[in-house]
Amino acid sequence: MAAGSDKLPRPLGLLAELTHRCPLGCPYCSNPLELDRRSEELDTATWARVFGEAAGLGVMQVHLSGGEPAARRDLVEITAAARQAGLYTNLITSGVGLRPETFAALVDAGLDHVQISIQDSEAASADHIAGYQGAFERKRALAAAVVARKVPLTVNAVMHRANIDHVADMVALALTLGASRVEIAHVQYYGWALPNRAMLMPTREQVERAVAAVEELRTRHHGAIVIDAVVPDYYARFPKPCVGGWGRRSLNITPSGKVLPCHAAESIPGLEFWSVRDRSLADIWISSPAFQAFRGTSWMQEPCASCPRREQDFGGCRCQAFALTGDARATDPVCHLSPHHAMVAELAAVRTEAAYIYRR
Amino acid sequence: MSDAAATIAPDARPRLPHGVRLVNNEAQGGLVLLAPERVFKPDPIAAEILKRCTGELSLAQIVDDLADSFSAPRERVLTDVTALLRSLADKKLLEL
Repeated sequence: MAAGSDKLPRPLGLLAELTHRCPLGCPYCSNPLELDRRSEELDTATWARVFGEAAGLGVMQVHLSGGEPAARRDLVEITAAARQAGLYTNLITSGVGLRPETFAALVDAGLDHVQISIQDSEAASADHIAGYQGAFERKRALAAAVVARKVPLTVNAVMHRANIDHVADMVALALTLGASRVEIAHVQYYGWALPNRAMLMPTREQVERAVAAVEELRTRHHGAIVIDAVVPDYYARFPKPCVGGWGRRSLNITPSGKVLPCHAAESIPGLEFWSVRDRSLADIWISSPAFQAFRGTSWMQEPCASCPRREQDFGGCRCQAFALTGDARATDPVCHLSPHHAMVAELAAVRTEAAYIYRR
Repeated sequence: MSDAAATIAPDARPRLPHGVRLVNNEAQGGLVLLAPERVFKPDPIAAEILKRCTGELSLAQIVDDLADSFSAPRERVLTDVTALLRSLADKKLLEL
């Protein structure tokens, strides 16, 4: 590692977007509007090399994601390579397109954990949100296979206006499926969720009910299931510490090999991203202009620069600051100290019942 | 949680379930417990306890071993070990 890198934080997690291909069309997909093509995807050997470099850098967990990672024919080889590099392997899947024999081979290759997204607590609505008829039943089938092999299962429930009132039913479903953990993840408005914001945004009353429900469910199911919740930040007072701070804890690799500080970072114009095709992961983590752009606190403006919380929430999310104010260095406007904070409530009040723009 | 739930049978054999691994990570400076979407850095006492949660030793044996190895009062060790194991089990990081 380069001199002076001792002070640099070491990344803990790597989000490996193996492909952007996915059978589902969720209108809140976090993939960019411009998807990488199959012909641009990194090959097996490159992923294997990158996993070794990631482990050397300190990364402990790899999240095999997409798109739908099962769309890759070499998913088993990729998983085995990650495990051989010493990484904890987490498969983030839609549950659609992962055949039982492939799943069995993944477990044999050392897969540690599976996260399945579920769009709603009952089939018709879930399939409508996913834009895929029959998805719900396939997810149930995969969940059963995961639990049968004693692999820990997380249900990822992305919440928005159409399903937020079903939060208790989602937790009940996760329990029925045998999940040890459920993520109640309110939509974050990047990627495909941004053009769908007016169709997805819950009301403040809905959010308050859901937050109270989660607290009650945590108490009721203590010891039976772990409930983690991602807060809906348009109704927050303080911003989220996005990705634990820019270039501090995690990195993201796109299907074509670009290394990003977070999955939405490409939405910020002017950032220069380096690729694992050209450089080592350590070189990129330490020196790439995109990682250096908002690392630490020296890039901050007021009110962040002198804020006592600046090392706590790192000014919130750079992508959101850019999307809402046009300035990636601005305070995330969900913070009540931002001069643009009033705009967030105005945007949250814009709601329509128009059809979703499905991710395609 | 009632007091009854806070105790653990002496013949229980605690073990890490599939998807929870205690590994030595030099880059991160020692033992880490890897779990779904979580990483824990156990303190030295927790690490000694976790190393013994292999499914082979019973709770009573683990407590005896620790009390012996660290010349600590058995009752105190039992209290500490029970609290840690119960907390891990509630988070689905341990099977009892």
